[in-house]
Amino acid sequence: MSLMTEITIFVLAAFVGFEVISKVPTTLHTPLMSQTNAIHGIVMLGGLIVLGYADDGLEYVIGTIAVAFGAINIVGGFMVTDRMLGMFSKKPKPKADPDGKGGGK
Amino acid sequence: MIPAVLEPGGDGATALYIVAFSLFIIGVKRGTHPTTAKQGNLVAAGGMAIAVVTTLLLDGVGNWGLIALGLGIGTAVGVIASVRVQMTEMPQMVALYNGVGGGAVALIAWSEIRNEIAEIEAGHISSVPLDILIPILFAAVVGSVSFWGSNIAFAKLQDLIPTKPLAVPGQQVINAVLLIGIVAGCVSIAVGNDDPSQLTFIGILVAAGLLGNLVVLPIGGADMPVVISLLNAFTGLSAAAAGFALDNVALIVAGTLVGSSGTILTMEMATAMNRSVANVLFAGFGGAPSGGPAGSTEERPHVSIGAQDAAIKLAYADSVVIVPGYGLAVAQAQHAIKEVADELEKRGVTVNYAIHPVAGRMPGHMNVLLAEADVPYEQLKEMEEINPEMSRTDVAVVVGANDVTNPAAKNDPDSPIAGMPIIEVNQAQQVIVIKRSLSPGFAGIDNDLFYEPNTSMLFADAKQAAADVAAQIQEL
Repeated sequence: MSLMTEITIFVLAAFVGFEVISKVPTTLHTPLMSQTNAIHGIVMLGGLIVLGYADDGLEYVIGTIAVAFGAINIVGGFMVTDRMLGMFSKKPKPKADPDGKGGGK
Repeated sequence: MIPAVLEPGGDGATALYIVAFSLFIIGVKRGTHPTTAKQGNLVAAGGMAIAVVTTLLLDGVGNWGLIALGLGIGTAVGVIASVRVQMTEMPQMVALYNGVGGGAVALIAWSEIRNEIAEIEAGHISSVPLDILIPILFAAVVGSVSFWGSNIAFAKLQDLIPTKPLAVPGQQVINAVLLIGIVAGCVSIAVGNDDPSQLTFIGILVAAGLLGNLVVLPIGGADMPVVISLLNAFTGLSAAAAGFALDNVALIVAGTLVGSSGTILTMEMATAMNRSVANVLFAGFGGAPSGGPAGSTEERPHVSIGAQDAAIKLAYADSVVIVPGYGLAVAQAQHAIKEVADELEKRGVTVNYAIHPVAGRMPGHMNVLLAEADVPYEQLKEMEEINPEMSRTDVAVVVGANDVTNPAAKNDPDSPIAGMPIIEVNQAQQVIVIKRSLSPGFAGIDNDLFYEPNTSMLFADAKQAAADVAAQIQEL
């Protein structure tokens, strides 16, 4: 892939990112951050690739740590986001207090 | 051994990567509404699964034992952390994730430069092309800054080191020297790209790490939402750079997506505090605004009340606004506060929650804590929405919030938080502040609100106080 092609992809992705993410409401900013942490785990791909051509002890160590770090991001990020978003969606009992509506005083 | 079926950079792999990053974008798009966000997260996770499997099938990927080891350790840590973490600890966790993300990028850059050097030594290439070398250097610097900066942010949030701004003498000079050294090192490697020095590269990693430490160290706890968002943006950009170096389109798009997100959040947080990002990062430098914590140590008159008085004030009000802050999170008082709100609603009192954008320690933190306590989405009001309502509010209850309610931000141009948008609780008819003592908040300054005539202080642990008040209301 030529450098210019890559820069084109980068610029377009930046516009898409700004467009989509600016629509996320404040309420969901914390889950957004943990989800982007998870997406950032994509760097694990880089770890897998460099581990592929590692050929001495140091490179084995570097690559393995990079893969582990990436996996922490992916697994931890998606799971904790799921946990948080569960809290936002599990509120379908708005005023269903056991003794019904309290009414005016 | 799994047979390698995909050519790196080939059409098959690229097509699968395109599917993967499309799913990331769809996932984030679904995240714009609470009802679809959970599903969106699964979509993004599906994209990640495709990206990882595609990479495992690439020709040249090997060392399966080590891959399994790394995956195993990472998965175990990730699962345990995500299950155990308390919602109050989310800022620390995100700081840590930013850190390991940046660290992974720095390590990949290091490994990649070693590989390029080996290629030169083997005579396969005569020099490292600059369109590979420059992204490697960028990824190394930003990744290392993110890793070491995030570690300090984590330590501050976890109270392992003091959250007050820490100034190292001569810091300005040290940082400038480090920055110049980093740039010089990068230039020297780029110029000598036919024989890049690994030692210089390691020097760059170390200097960038030191710089990350030193930049975050002087930043006070109240500025953490900006710092975490900024480090988030950095890690994203570093991943995109790694994508340039490795010719990997999935890394470029995903990294850029994360970078955009972090950048937007950084700007929103900085706006919410009426400060520029540069001001947050470098204000500690001259020691000017953070230095003197408004100093007055003498007793100022204030009104102190008990749970019963508070209950009476609240129960006979028409409208109540609850202003939660980080102290509520620390005391785990969100459920107890919800009980108070429930009791009040039973009596026909209108209850809303006023959420300052930096009420927690990261963007949107308070909303998550209240959602955990089953507070309905519609009752969470943003600052701009609630401030015009304040003068028509009978009682404002400040729970564990401090700096974000300090009228000094509006009235005292010399205050360190001058100009920061606040929840204007002092406009309400009455204010009840639930707090353990009159001690200052994260910004380290006295809160004028506590001494206003219509303010009553309820000195207690937030959780205990809320439980007592709820019980008292029930008895009325």
